[in-house]
Amino acid sequence: MAISNQSEKAGNSTETPEILEGYNFAYLDDQTKRMIRRAILKAVAIPGYQVPFGSREMPLPFGWGTGGIQITASIIGKDDILKVIDQGADDTTNAINIRNFFGKTAGIETTEKTTEATVIQTRHRIPENPLSAKQILVYQVPIPEPLRWLEQRESETRKMHALAEYGVMHVGLYENIAHFGRVTTSYNYPVQVNDRYIMSPSPIPKFDNPKMDKMPALQLFGAGREKRIYAVPPFTKVKSLDFEDHPFAIESWEESCALCGSSNSFLDEVIIDDEGSRMFVCSDSNFCREETEKIKDGPVTSSGETL
Amino acid sequence: MYVAVKGGESAIKNSQELLAEERRGDKNVKELTLDQIQNQLSLSLDRVMAEASLYDRELAALAVKQSCGDLVEAIFLLRAYRTTLPRFGTTVPIETANMSIRRRISATFKDLPGGQVLGPSFDYTHRLLDFSLAANGDVPEAMEADGTVDRNMPRVTDLLNNEGLIEEETAEDDNEPFDLTRESLKFPADRPARLQNLARGDEGFLLALAYSTQRGWGRNHPFAGEIRMGELSIEFIPDELGFSIEIGEITITECQMINQFKGSSDIPAQFTRGYGLSFGHNERKTMAMGIVDRALRTRELDEHVQAPAQDEEFVLSHSCNVEASGFVQHLKLPHYVDFQSELVTVRALRGEANIDKTNIVKPISDIAATE
Amino acid sequence: MTSNKETPLLRVTELSHYYGDQVGCEEINLEVYNGEILGIVGESGSGKTTLLKIISGLLPPTQGTIEFDKRIEGPSDIYQMSEPERRLLMRTDWGIIYQNPKDGLRMNVSAGANVGERLMAVGARNYSYIRAESNDWLNKVEMDLGRIDHFPKTFSGGMLQRLQIARNLITKPRLVFMDEPTSGLDVSVQARLLDLVRGLVNQLGISCVIVSHDLGVMRLLSHRLMVMKSGKVVEQGLTDQVLDDPQAPYTQLLVSSILPI
Repeated sequence: MAISNQSEKAGNSTETPEILEGYNFAYLDDQTKRMIRRAILKAVAIPGYQVPFGSREMPLPFGWGTGGIQITASIIGKDDILKVIDQGADDTTNAINIRNFFGKTAGIETTEKTTEATVIQTRHRIPENPLSAKQILVYQVPIPEPLRWLEQRESETRKMHALAEYGVMHVGLYENIAHFGRVTTSYNYPVQVNDRYIMSPSPIPKFDNPKMDKMPALQLFGAGREKRIYAVPPFTKVKSLDFEDHPFAIESWEESCALCGSSNSFLDEVIIDDEGSRMFVCSDSNFCREETEKIKDGPVTSSGETL
Repeated sequence: MYVAVKGGESAIKNSQELLAEERRGDKNVKELTLDQIQNQLSLSLDRVMAEASLYDRELAALAVKQSCGDLVEAIFLLRAYRTTLPRFGTTVPIETANMSIRRRISATFKDLPGGQVLGPSFDYTHRLLDFSLAANGDVPEAMEADGTVDRNMPRVTDLLNNEGLIEEETAEDDNEPFDLTRESLKFPADRPARLQNLARGDEGFLLALAYSTQRGWGRNHPFAGEIRMGELSIEFIPDELGFSIEIGEITITECQMINQFKGSSDIPAQFTRGYGLSFGHNERKTMAMGIVDRALRTRELDEHVQAPAQDEEFVLSHSCNVEASGFVQHLKLPHYVDFQSELVTVRALRGEANIDKTNIVKPISDIAATE
Repeated sequence: MTSNKETPLLRVTELSHYYGDQVGCEEINLEVYNGEILGIVGESGSGKTTLLKIISGLLPPTQGTIEFDKRIEGPSDIYQMSEPERRLLMRTDWGIIYQNPKDGLRMNVSAGANVGERLMAVGARNYSYIRAESNDWLNKVEMDLGRIDHFPKTFSGGMLQRLQIARNLITKPRLVFMDEPTSGLDVSVQARLLDLVRGLVNQLGISCVIVSHDLGVMRLLSHRLMVMKSGKVVEQGLTDQVLDDPQAPYTQLLVSSILPI
């Protein structure tokens, strides 16, 4: 393949790879993009409903974010600034791969800064910084069907959604509480969108679930292998399933981030020596860096940033 | 002081370079050419083209070379490339009765019009390692046929059809058939959708399913009515011409399974069909496909669905090796966040239960499963 | 329109079902009134199970109508309703007790969750309430409360049937279908279960349709009895009447071949 050089981007953008020639802008042809955008429109119109779409084979494996990639490819324009995270971090291998893919096929600007990005593709996390109405959050989804664990058959789960027969979801929660005294689902915690469809939030930790509720940014979910797209429009109610007397609760840590000191972000546990000593650091690498810089810049005036 | 792992970009680059080096192997050995692959690993190409749903021997050879001979990876490469190709239109349906036959056998009739044509096959070889190949020995010339192969080679199922012994195969309606490469599969899936799915389905998966029916997990008493392999020309009707023109020739393998059927309340006893079709020379694949196709017709023939091979949601949802390979291997991706959430939960549960450290418990009935 | 004594809860009119040219059941007419238990008896192949499947909403018939007296709308043909309506009916006003408890229970969740599921399905979202109701119903079907969190696989056949009964009755359905509820159980277990069913049904004023090949079960439970043979009804009437003074030759044969209980 012929390869052309791309001039260096200034500012905070990450290194942009050389553009691949001989392929469409963002890989997909316009017809396919239109088909996907139509599916997205339908998804936005029916919040939480899984819209089947003609998912294509992408040059990254199914299960590695092809749903998110196809959505991003269909909505992204030349002026967009893309951020890609996996497990909250910009520098994990999968995030780098996907960012490079769009660098190579679309030549668009990429960034690690949450606030700078217009489109953020994510796997397993929602950034700690609140998102704005000018941003779109694209989730990579492995299994879009929240009822799958209780009912394997697509023909039956579609019917259950259509008729809002969701009692069985609470049977699952009931079992958890009966056996463990609490709901033990810690990630991919099912939600109900706009008081109607039960939806899988993708395997984000339940810590992130509250961020979905009334989020100003448009949230798009792509499951490439399962060929489904769904959406939560801006400012839409998203409720995590619970019982009145066992309300939904998120994880908390006794520790603070060892790097930036944050006490209200999702923390990863890192084992640092052979004795199994561990420390806790923010999973959102960009958030952590910005918090650390604040400390360097001077005394912290207000320690607890609101999320 | 802990420093977060950095340098992912350069690590990835190094890994890619190392792969390229391993692919090339010892530089003192001559590099494999696409010509060599096309000519000498033709059955690899046939499988790759069939499961990638793209007939292009040169690109398939490139995919096999690039994937170091990992055929599932080669199929994936070709599928991803297929995504970028524009669609000009649809060719005229092929008529396999008009095939230039290279091989044609029937297990149901000793002799039949056109005769048995053995063609090239492993079937009649002893599976003894041939050390003359290791020594790059010369291959003896194959004998030329003393006459041309009979052009009149009616399909066995057509012969049976004349007697009404086998079900008629008719198009259900005039609607455009479902297109698996453009739409997502819906259940219940009709036969065109099922056949498309099986045609690009993983050979190993279909083989195992077909085998399971033979061992009694949804038995459907198959006979290999006919297997034929050969070349067919592909025709296309451009809008501006309005008549068909030949645009190329492809190799096709077709298998017609004939299956016993006791009959139901509506249908008298007769033979039913299982159909297998594949790009290239793929007998194992097309036979397995024929058996599984018949197994998946259980519901429409009012038989009892009892085995995995008869369950269309089970079979069709798991037949694609590009999907399966991706999803199984995605477990290599980091799951720090989910695992951290589980750690927090398990610690909390242990804290509450004040459990002895040696007695590790894990939630057993969880509404989410691990991804 | 409101229900009154004259409107049957369930009315089946000219019902026939064919499997190809095979008769499933033919020209069936029946009515079930509030608080009434109708028994359908016949040997295997008599069409009684087909009939039960059809009238409980599981198998659309070849012809005929099945009307259920809905709380608000009054008599409505269950196969003319939309699927959501029918499914709602099935999980609120109806109950089905299967011959094989594995068909009627979730074997992978606890007894408490099995019993509480219907409450959750109609919107109960308070854990303590659901648990208290489950407990109450386990109590009513005379099960050991200590077993509320145990899985069905650890239960005996008789206990599984009790669990099915509790699971169905918790939403106080108006009509319960039972398919051979006691077959496969020991005689002593059968007797206790039948006593329990009779007690609960009387107490709650539930209507029942029970299918069984066992005349002993019928004598104990049913008010009215329908005898089926080869897909057709050969005789129906008050249970005691039919059993003590059978008119049809087939019923006479059936009654004489069975030991009195």
